[in-house]
Amino acid sequence: MSSFLSVRDLRVHFPTQDGIVKATDGLSFDLERGQTLGIVGESGSGKSVSTSTILGLHRKTRAMVSGEILLEDEDLLKISDEEMRRKRGRDVAMIFQDPLSAMHPYYSVGNQIVEAYRVHNDVSKKAARTRAIEMLDRVGIPQPDRRVDDYPHQFSGGMRQRAMIAMGLVNNPSLLIADEPTTALDVTVQAQILDLLQDLQKEFNSAIMIITHDLGVVAEMADDVLVMYAGKAVEYGPCREILTHPEMPYTWGLLSSVPEVTGDVDAKLVPIPGSPPSLLSPPKGCAFNPRCAHRDKVPGDRCRTELPELVPGSRGPHHLKRCHLADPDQIYATEILPEIAPDLAALEQNAQTQTPAEQGTDTGVEDK
Amino acid sequence: MLGYVIRRCFIGLVMVIVMSLVTFLLFFASPVDPARYACGKSCDENTREMARKSLGYDQPVMVQWGQFMKGLVVGREYPVDPELRATMNEDQITECAAPCLGYSVYNNKTVNESISEAFPVSASLAVAAIIMWLLGGILLGVLAAVTRGSPLDRGIVALALVAYAFPSFFIGTFLIRYVSLKWGLFPFPEYTPIAEGGVGEWALNLFLPGLTLALLFMAGYIRMTRAFVLESMSEDYVRTARAKGLAGRRVLFKHSLRASLTPLVTMAGLDFAAVLGGAVITETVFNYNGLGKLAVTANATFDLPVLIGLVLLLGSIVIIANIIVDILYAFIDPRVRVG
Repeated sequence: MSSFLSVRDLRVHFPTQDGIVKATDGLSFDLERGQTLGIVGESGSGKSVSTSTILGLHRKTRAMVSGEILLEDEDLLKISDEEMRRKRGRDVAMIFQDPLSAMHPYYSVGNQIVEAYRVHNDVSKKAARTRAIEMLDRVGIPQPDRRVDDYPHQFSGGMRQRAMIAMGLVNNPSLLIADEPTTALDVTVQAQILDLLQDLQKEFNSAIMIITHDLGVVAEMADDVLVMYAGKAVEYGPCREILTHPEMPYTWGLLSSVPEVTGDVDAKLVPIPGSPPSLLSPPKGCAFNPRCAHRDKVPGDRCRTELPELVPGSRGPHHLKRCHLADPDQIYATEILPEIAPDLAALEQNAQTQTPAEQGTDTGVEDK
Repeated sequence: MLGYVIRRCFIGLVMVIVMSLVTFLLFFASPVDPARYACGKSCDENTREMARKSLGYDQPVMVQWGQFMKGLVVGREYPVDPELRATMNEDQITECAAPCLGYSVYNNKTVNESISEAFPVSASLAVAAIIMWLLGGILLGVLAAVTRGSPLDRGIVALALVAYAFPSFFIGTFLIRYVSLKWGLFPFPEYTPIAEGGVGEWALNLFLPGLTLALLFMAGYIRMTRAFVLESMSEDYVRTARAKGLAGRRVLFKHSLRASLTPLVTMAGLDFAAVLGGAVITETVFNYNGLGKLAVTANATFDLPVLIGLVLLLGSIVIIANIIVDILYAFIDPRVRVG
C-alpha cells in the first residue's frame, strides 16, 4: 500500500509548431490524507499544468502525458475519460485563483453549487439546495439561505472564494487542489481563507495540494513543500526543513524576495535576476544556471553542462535537492541569511557559538 | 427594471420625433417639386396647384410637419386644404385614421394601407429568415467550434462563406428554378397569409424565400458563434464547470454557449430590424410585395408620403428592436439587471 496520492515521473508535454513545450518534466511526489503539500514556483514553472493534469483537464489530443498518478493505487492516467469525469469534483476537487472569473457570471452561486452536487449525487433539486445552503453556512457565509440565490458579482472577493470552496467541498472530496486560492484576495481575507481551509481539512481529513508563489502561505499551510522550476522539482521536503535550511539557490531566491513585516528593517529584498526560461528550449545543464549567482562555485562548469539529479542533500533522506553545490548549507548561512534576515542569521550564529542558557540573555536580536 | 424600460421607451419616442423632423427637412430640401410628381405626367398649372393644395404642399415645411405629427395622433383627412375640401363631395374625401402616415396619390390610397398590405409579407419573411439563420448559424457554429481544426469545421466555415458569396438573386433564382420547379421539392413560393392557408401553408411558402435571405446572414452567425464559443471555452468558469465533473455536452450548452448568447442576441435584434425593410432583392426575386419593394417603388416615383412613412416605421422598428435587445440582455446576464 503506497501513499494516498502518489505521482511518479509525471511528464506533460505540449507539441507546438516550434517544438515540444515541456511544461512538466518528470515530477514525482507523495501526499497522504490530512496532509498538505505546497507547490511553489514562479509563473510558468509548471505548477498549474501539473495539478490540472491530476484533475484530467488536459485534452489527450493536445497534451502528451506520461508517468503515473496513483490515487489510492488507481492510475488516473489509465482510466477512461468518463471514469475520470466521474472522479472530478467527487474525489478530486479544485479551487481556482480568481473566484470572480472562475464562477459563471450568469448563474447564481447556489445554482452552481447545486450543479456540482447533483452531478455526483442522485438527489432532488430541493435536497441539493439544502446541501448548498449547508455548505455556504459551513464556509462562513452569513445568511446562507438568502445569499444562496445571489449571483457571484453580488459577493465580495472573500465571500466568492468561500463560495468557491463550498462548491469544491460539496462532495467531500478526498483530494483538494487549491490553485493560488488567496492570490486575488486582501491580506486579511487571505488569512481567513487559509484558516478555513485548515479547519475543513481537519474536519474532512482530506489531502490538500496548494499551489502558490507566496512562501507565507506555504509556511502557514504546508506539511511538505515542492519547489518547481522550469517544469522540474528543484527542492522537495518537509516544510520546516525547506524554509529554514534551503539548499537550492532558486529557493534562496524565492526566500530573498519575500518581504517580512515583522522582520528587520535592514533586511534586503533581493529579486531573482532574469526571467524564467523558455520551456521550449530550456538552458543546457541546470535550468536555473543563467540566473544563478553561485554557479561558479561548482568546479568544472558542471552547472552549464550537466543536469543535476534530484537527490538527498546534506540534511538527510527526506530533503531532496537538484543542485551541484557541495556545501549549500554553509553558503546559505554565511552569504544569504545575513542579507535577507540579519536577525535570524545572528540567532543562528549565537546558536552555534553559545550554549542555550546564554541565549536567553542575548536580547535585542530575538524580539521582533 | 420597469423604470429602466420606461426611460428607454421615452428616449425612443424622442428619437422617433427627431427622426420624423429630420426626414421631413431632408426630403423638402431636395430641388424636386413633390406636387409635380403627385400630379402626374400630363399636368397643367391648375391641376398641379390643386394637387399642391390637396396634399398640403403649399404650407411651410414646419406647418406640414406639424400637420403630419397631428395626423399621427388624431388622424387626418385628404384633401388637406379646408377650402378645397369644402367644395368636394363626401366620396372624394379620404379619411386617414390615426396614426396617419400620409396619402399617396401614386398608389391612390393612404400610406397606412400600403404599409399594412406590405408589412405582413416582410414580417413573415423576416421571421422565417431569422429562425433559419439563428438555428443554422448557432448549430453549425457550435459544431464547428467543438470540432475545431477538423475537416468538418473547415467544411462548415467554407460552405458558409460560399453561401454568403453568392448574391441572393442567384440563390433565389436557383431555388425557384431547381428546388421548386424542376425537382418539385417545394411548391412555387407565393405569399399566403395565415388567414387564408393556415400556418402550414404560410410556412411552406416562406421556406425558400426565407432560406435565400437566411443564407446571407448565416455565414456571419456561424463564424460569430464559432468564435464566441471557442473564446468562452477558455474562460475560467468553463474550466470550473469541467473541474466539477460535468459532462462535456452540459459544459458546452449550459456554460459555454450561454455566455456566447449575449453578443448574438444584439446582432440578431439589429439584423431582424434591417431585414424587415431591406430584403428588396429577395422580395423581388420571389415577387413578394413587402416593405423593401414598396420603398424602392416609392423612391423611383418620388412618392414622398410613402417614403416618409416608411422611414419613420422602419426607424421605429430599429429603436424598438434595440429596446427589446436591452431587455433580453437583462434576462440573459444578471449583471445587467440594474435596480
